[in-house]
Amino acid sequence: MLPIDDGLKLEIAELLQMYRDMVLLREFEESCPKLYSQGKMGGFLHLYSGEEAVGVGASHAMQDGDYMISAYREHGHIIARGADPKVIMAELFGKATGISRGKGGSMHLASAELNFMGGYGIVGGHLPLAVGLGYAAKYQQTGQVVVCLFGDGATNQGVFHEAMNMAALYHVPVIFICENNGYGIGTSVERASSVTELYKKSCAYETPGNRVDGMNVLAVYQLVREAIARAREGGGPSYIEAATYRFRGHSISDPGNYRSPQEKKIWQERDPIPKLGKYLQQHKGVAPAQLETILAEELQRVAAAIEFAEASPEPAADQLMTDIYVEG
Amino acid sequence: MAVLNLVQAINQGLRQALETDERVLLLGEDIGKDGGVFRVTDGLHAEFGERRIIDTPLAESGIIGLAIGMAAYGLRPVAEIQFLGFCYAAIEQIFTHAARIRARSRGRFDCPLVIRTPYGGGVKAPELHEESTEALFCHMPGIKVVVPSSPSNAKGLLLAAIDDPDPVIYLEPTRLYRLLKEEVAEQPYHTPLGKARIARKGNQLTIIAWGSMLEVVLRAAGEYDAEIIDLLTLSPFDREAVLESVHKTGRVLIVHEAAKTGGFGAELAATIAEEAIMSLRAPIRRVTGYDVVLPLPLLENYNLPSPARIIAAIDDLLRY
Repeated sequence: MLPIDDGLKLEIAELLQMYRDMVLLREFEESCPKLYSQGKMGGFLHLYSGEEAVGVGASHAMQDGDYMISAYREHGHIIARGADPKVIMAELFGKATGISRGKGGSMHLASAELNFMGGYGIVGGHLPLAVGLGYAAKYQQTGQVVVCLFGDGATNQGVFHEAMNMAALYHVPVIFICENNGYGIGTSVERASSVTELYKKSCAYETPGNRVDGMNVLAVYQLVREAIARAREGGGPSYIEAATYRFRGHSISDPGNYRSPQEKKIWQERDPIPKLGKYLQQHKGVAPAQLETILAEELQRVAAAIEFAEASPEPAADQLMTDIYVEG
Repeated sequence: MAVLNLVQAINQGLRQALETDERVLLLGEDIGKDGGVFRVTDGLHAEFGERRIIDTPLAESGIIGLAIGMAAYGLRPVAEIQFLGFCYAAIEQIFTHAARIRARSRGRFDCPLVIRTPYGGGVKAPELHEESTEALFCHMPGIKVVVPSSPSNAKGLLLAAIDDPDPVIYLEPTRLYRLLKEEVAEQPYHTPLGKARIARKGNQLTIIAWGSMLEVVLRAAGEYDAEIIDLLTLSPFDREAVLESVHKTGRVLIVHEAAKTGGFGAELAATIAEEAIMSLRAPIRRVTGYDVVLPLPLLENYNLPSPARIIAAIDDLLRY
């Protein structure tokens, strides 16, 4: 059950938007395996199904102009920040109309307009970049904050600790959010990290660390909002561990057999989307039909995105040589 | 014009960049209060303050990652890594993010970052403190590699690198830091990236070198009628200048202190073979360091190209 609600005083429109965003992220991702198996997408594909509450909760706590930077399970993050699913789908297809015109692919989505500073394929590699972005925002005194998302595996990397140390040292406005889905590919957190309560890893740097139910969009929203407010007021970095679960394998080619059916079932019962739907119906008087309409509309958006990607042209061969260096 | 050594010229360039562009920040280990292990950033912390002259922890990956984030945001960071050999700890950040952020974002994010680092031998330092592995960085598209050879081109190349929109590895020849002195123009100026310098005109053979080896080559070349090309930028290198000289002289000697196998001389030799083989009157020769892990300080003179080895190669080429 949702432990929090009234304290947030969110408008019903905002709650419905969160619901809509999570539905869009889920349906977008769930459309991908079939397209992938049809050979329409290349490379790898790390789907976000199950983890939507983290990205959507965090994104709703941000303002326009704030920065987000993420790892490779980031389709949902950039869409939550407002990217058009059409250009994201086209990017997965490698088409010229993709958000990076086919050059980034699934793992390297980026948008200068949204200050979405990219997905990154090396686990933990982007964490120091987040500190640099935060340093720059602080240096320019813009009031912007940086939300940096990464998985549980990243907390075992050396750069995690370098970045946490430097973020605290320079007191930068960065919110580190660890999406702990319990597994780095096929190795569980217990078998990879000497500390399994990952939020404790920030205490060495005297950075506030908290754990939140990552299957509860409102809980995520609340904690991230507090961390952002503190960062914007000059209170420095925060570290949040969101306990979540991926409903699918690590990547499209991973059946995920290292996880028991019982475990999957427990987490599927915590699915953040029906959870919020139930809350909206029970506490906010939202009719089931309204939620069904949202689902239908978002399914339509996903269908339109696929249609757009299918119909889009491939990049011309001369695109191979561009964007390596600034030209001229 | 003041007579400056390499350290002073780079210091002056950094100061002028900081004065003229608020976006320029310096970061690195011991560069602030301490003034840098080679004193290159001496006085800048006092003058520009710790917001802009940032002392960092011992964390090379973190330093470069931080600088990439700053650069992607729109600042112009200049990161110092204490020795080229210490860059290996940051190679992930340099290769996977600095070099690619532009391509993978389809030009939406630039990475106007400069990584300054001392390189090269001849200072009796051990191993990782004398590395000359410039070719590693030249193999990675998306970054530029610059190697000054004198105080005046050091200042001009530095200012050009800071203003360049792409990430630049700027290699400072440690041996030359205080060895060479020359007049350096007071005003800020650019020495363009990607352009070689003809250090000496000549007709009988072409010698290609860069960084600290240029000084050795100039000494060795003595009375020979050699054209000496100082590459200044290794990536992208000035093909036109190289090929034009080769067409003229027909004989080529490449000198670098890095190990021979896979060194940048191999790329130069391949390019010349591909594009100017019919102009050659003798096989291309290389005088380089050997394929060894850099030796004990007292053995380094056996490894580094010496005037005697260079002269022997010149004589071979001219006799061929």
